[in-house]
Amino acid sequence: MKIPVIYNVRSVVQRPLSTALTAVGIGLVVAVFIGMLALANGFQAALARTGSPDNALVLRRGADSELSSGVTREAASILAASPHVAIGSDGRPMVSPEVYVLIPLNRPNDTVAVANVVVRGISEQAWNVRARVEVTDGRRPQSGRAEICVGRKIVGRFNNTGIGQSMRFGNRDWTVVCHFAAGGSAFESEIWGENEQFMPVFRGEVFQSLSFRLRDPATFDEAKRVLEGDQRITVDVHRESEFYAAQSALLGTILQILAVLITSIMAIGAVFGAVNTMYAAVASRGPEIAVLLTLGFHPRSVLASFLAESAIIAAAGGVLGGLLALPINGVVTSTTNWASFSEVAFSFRVTPGLLLSGLVFAVVMGVVGGFFPARHAAKLPVVQALR
Amino acid sequence: MSHFRLVLANLGRHKRRTVLTILGVALALFLFASLRTVVTTIEAAAQFGSARRLVVTNATGIVFVLPLAYANRLRALPGVEGVSWANWFGGRYQDNKRFFAQFAVDAESYLDLYPEIVLPEDQKQAFLQDRGSAIVGKRLLEIFGWQLGQNVTIQGTIFPGDWTFTIRGVYTPSDRAINDDMMLFRHDYMEERIGRPGIAGWYVLRISDPDQAATIGKTVDDMFRNSSSPTKTGTEQAFNASFATMWGNVQLLMGTIGMAVVFAILMVSANAMMMSARERTGEVAVLKTIGFSDRTLFGLVMAEAGIMAFTGAILGLGSATWLYRATNFNAAGFLPGFQVTPRTLILGGGVALVLMLASGLAPAVRAARLPVVQALRRVE
Repeated sequence: MKIPVIYNVRSVVQRPLSTALTAVGIGLVVAVFIGMLALANGFQAALARTGSPDNALVLRRGADSELSSGVTREAASILAASPHVAIGSDGRPMVSPEVYVLIPLNRPNDTVAVANVVVRGISEQAWNVRARVEVTDGRRPQSGRAEICVGRKIVGRFNNTGIGQSMRFGNRDWTVVCHFAAGGSAFESEIWGENEQFMPVFRGEVFQSLSFRLRDPATFDEAKRVLEGDQRITVDVHRESEFYAAQSALLGTILQILAVLITSIMAIGAVFGAVNTMYAAVASRGPEIAVLLTLGFHPRSVLASFLAESAIIAAAGGVLGGLLALPINGVVTSTTNWASFSEVAFSFRVTPGLLLSGLVFAVVMGVVGGFFPARHAAKLPVVQALR
Repeated sequence: MSHFRLVLANLGRHKRRTVLTILGVALALFLFASLRTVVTTIEAAAQFGSARRLVVTNATGIVFVLPLAYANRLRALPGVEGVSWANWFGGRYQDNKRFFAQFAVDAESYLDLYPEIVLPEDQKQAFLQDRGSAIVGKRLLEIFGWQLGQNVTIQGTIFPGDWTFTIRGVYTPSDRAINDDMMLFRHDYMEERIGRPGIAGWYVLRISDPDQAATIGKTVDDMFRNSSSPTKTGTEQAFNASFATMWGNVQLLMGTIGMAVVFAILMVSANAMMMSARERTGEVAVLKTIGFSDRTLFGLVMAEAGIMAFTGAILGLGSATWLYRATNFNAAGFLPGFQVTPRTLILGGGVALVLMLASGLAPAVRAARLPVVQALRRVE
């Protein structure tokens, strides 16, 4: 027969301080666990969302980032004429040959801290090629003018990013005419302007990359084969979404490993705490346990009962940890993505799945910590304990 | 110290609890030391830089190059003793599983400007004589199992193609903040292969008087202000510091996690201490009856807490120090010179002290104030 769980709940409430301390210990571990994975999640999500599976990104052969790539005007027009490129409603091919550079911007109120922000020179078509990008404030930069559009995530993180203000880089002043959103992606950490405006002030007559909408996303492999085999150009063709996701692989993996490493060491400490608490609980309830055994409860039921008790304490800690970690959801932070050397601003992402795994993690800690004390309780010599 | 054995006996009563608590504290301080060392290593990198070296970069940004022709004009400036230049190469080796930095440097002047890059004289001469050669850090040689004289092929990402270099030297940095996993090869070789475009990624200047750094920096920037490539000149330290800031707010992140770790363990050890104290109420009463003073009893409990906290701290801090030194850890080149600093050890000791006070104080006060008669009633 099973021992009712209410017995454990009441026992737990009997020792409020000891229970609370153990639960808070576990809760803090869970909070760190959720917090660090939310960081890794947020970073990876930002880069994974940056590309679209419907688009292809073309770089010079062998280049592993847009920064180290170069695409000539000639190559750009050859690519634009490819039958694999989708045609827009205006009858023009949906291609955006782009200038990609990094500019150093000082963080506000700090003369040392520098971030390398992406400045992307786009063609008019880019707004159509990148379906998820939309202007939230102001109007698109006009062709032929020194105007720029600033990604939503970096507005306010650097000086003069407000609409109507002007930013100075590449030895020229640029008027901010709009802010744009891009579904939380890394594009939101970029500054966009017209490619023809950026070309002369930065790297001269060359684009860095070219993005185009695939006429049929299913034929990506075919498009890749044809374009990479074209003798006139030496390029690599990537699916845009895969390319950006791969750029997050290095730092994302580091963050995940760090999260697992730190929380497992913490978890061992918390398990030790649970072991202590449960042994004390068992020790102080010797006669009680003996009575249960005398009444005919199977030792296995006693074992299960104490495991449940430990799990209850841990679950309370898990819930607490989740609540502690919840407020960081959506907090914007930034770092340099070393794969592209550029500043990426992103939000912590606490997902329901993450909260659940935090809770499961807590319960696992409780069960592991409770096992030996529970077994000890189940094996208690009845006669001796009843004295 | 006459009561020392009594404290030990108390600790030995619940051996398992004592050991687990000490190990818990040790784990916490191991993590504390590790997290703090990440911060101190980044800070040390930001602090690194000779006061006599200036770095000249393109004002437009780190990815833009400078004309090689600037070298002569820089050399002619008063107060400038030496000029060298380098380029970021950005190549891949094999499957790129283990990334490392490659730089094309003006060999002779670069080694002259960076005495911290130490290599045997014969290897240095070999490097200076063989255009297609490279020198690599000791760690890099060990990671890939390369040997002197071996040819290594790197795929260029910025400068396309396969680049083969002969390893002619192995350097050991004399300063821990310098990476020991870089590859340096000759700038003139790179220029030759890509058709002499005459570019330098950045210049390094050695100045005769560190106090002149700001003035010389301004002179350089003024000189090139209206050219096609304006410059930004600063001390090497400022240059490195700006790199360190690119990580973002690591201090805050590590600090927050560190706090959480310390608090979590505080809960665990405080709980253990309080459990012990509660179980011993009767005993304390007996001790009082036979003449132990309140103060002694307070001391006994505190000593017990102290022994647990400090044994744990010594274990945790010691193993962190030992582990990072023994494995020569550098986070795949991201954190060169990753070693626990004395300051971290002192801070760790402080954490142990706080732990002792926080977990021992309440039970100790309770033991000292225990009304004997009432407590004795509970003794069998």
